[in-house]
Amino acid sequence: MTSIDWAKVRSDFPILAQQVNGRPLLYLDNAASSQKPRAVIDALVKYYEHDNANVHRGLHELSSRATDAFEGARTKVARYLGAESAEEIIFTRGTTEGINLVANTWGVANVKAGDVILLTEMEHHSNLVPWQLLAEKVGARLRFIPVADDGSLALDRLGELLTPEVKLFAFVQVSNSLGTINPAAELCRAARAVGAVTLVDGAQSAGHMPVNVRELGCDFYAFSGHKICAPTGIGALWGRRELLEKMPPWHGGGEMIVSVTYERATYKQPPHKFEAGTPNIAGAVGLGAAIDYLEAIGRQNIFDHGAELTERAVKHLGEIPGIRVLGPMHRGALAAFHAEWAHPHDLTTFANEHGLALRGGHHCTQPLMRKLKLPGTTRASFYFYNTADEVDRMAAILRDARKFFDR
Amino acid sequence: MNTELEELYQQVILDHSKRPRNFGELPDAVSVHGDNPSCGDEIDLHVKFRADGGVEDLKFTGTGCAISLASASLMTMKLKGKPRAEAEEFLRAFHQLVTSDTAPTQKGLGDLILLGGVRKFPQRVKCAMLAWRAFEQALHEPGATVTTEES
Repeated sequence: MTSIDWAKVRSDFPILAQQVNGRPLLYLDNAASSQKPRAVIDALVKYYEHDNANVHRGLHELSSRATDAFEGARTKVARYLGAESAEEIIFTRGTTEGINLVANTWGVANVKAGDVILLTEMEHHSNLVPWQLLAEKVGARLRFIPVADDGSLALDRLGELLTPEVKLFAFVQVSNSLGTINPAAELCRAARAVGAVTLVDGAQSAGHMPVNVRELGCDFYAFSGHKICAPTGIGALWGRRELLEKMPPWHGGGEMIVSVTYERATYKQPPHKFEAGTPNIAGAVGLGAAIDYLEAIGRQNIFDHGAELTERAVKHLGEIPGIRVLGPMHRGALAAFHAEWAHPHDLTTFANEHGLALRGGHHCTQPLMRKLKLPGTTRASFYFYNTADEVDRMAAILRDARKFFDR
Repeated sequence: MNTELEELYQQVILDHSKRPRNFGELPDAVSVHGDNPSCGDEIDLHVKFRADGGVEDLKFTGTGCAISLASASLMTMKLKGKPRAEAEEFLRAFHQLVTSDTAPTQKGLGDLILLGGVRKFPQRVKCAMLAWRAFEQALHEPGATVTTEES
């Protein structure tokens, strides 16, 4: 592991140097959204102060600078994901939009009545509801790989569930509510063997570990910028070129056409075919800056640091009576837990009064919470700017919470 | 310790959340389901009205945070046996208690006053109001579902 000056890294995030309710902000809701380093904020300011114009249209200087910045960001995303080319990267508003795009284009064209869409029981609503909508539209069926008691996928059931009727297998790489790291490459290989197309929900993995779509062997990979230090409202979908080329467009409008008559239109090649309207140019520029920033630190370093913090947190939590940590040992940078002495919302209110930002609730995985018979959980999620000292402070606040509620 | 937290989670409130009164089913009652989907708070409120519209009895079942459970528990104790007009008056007074800086003029709120600490926590007002909205629904349109998340 390369030696990183984590204190210096932390000082790159202006928002972290503040007090909340009279205490130093202790931000542990990174699985919901990450904070932004100065480099990303500066990139947005620089773009708006110097280069802002619409892309791909004007023949003037600013438009060509904006286009270069926008397409340059696409190249960065392609490199970041190990894609073969920038033409395989579609800018979206985030993971949710990426998944909806696949459901509404590839899905509508390829999934037929009686086909099966295979998901897992730990999917975020964003990787569940789009498939429910598609299944309803075309008459397909949904099937789910169960979650085992330890919070991992019941892979012993894979053989019976991943049958030739499965047209699409969509799953999360790192669960936002359990922290489970799924064996994505193994799952994609198994899917390929039965001819199923795969979509990996990378919302919790893209900024936390090295990701290479060619090594994963998936067909689609979607992620959100705002969880990896970029602005909100930008994300990307990677798709295998041969699939993208055969997919019908989704949204129609400017930007995505070659020529238009009153009766019909012809469309550009991917990725522009899927990017109707003026895109989130500044967002893409910010995403490019975030990728530069993360790559300078190194994703393996980020993963190792997160694993250290999480291990420390799980150990602390295990020592507090009445707390049960969910999910398997091998996990992403988050720890979700049930405290028998306080409801998640009472606990997060208590935490907030101590400057600690935790997430309480169902984490957009309602069916999973129902299966686990929990009204919700409390979740601490870490990023590379969090410190071991912060984990210890979180534990101290939770110990105080127990004294407070369990009286 | 933080005084606003102390005010929000007073001993009586924690006690009611852990041992809610009037918790259970009530045969032959009007039932209303209330939930706050983003929190996961759920309540089924069962109310038996007298022929004159007064509240004969009420019970509830459900799961939720300490505030929603304590509010439901204290509400059922307060409203049991109350004439309709008085029950409506308590509903109005309780809403004022948890949302407004002006103290409600209604006398006899009793331990419900302890929930006044919620007004310092705007995000938690919906928790305190859930059982009351369910009661309001039972008064006007029994059998329906309510939520306090849009309010």
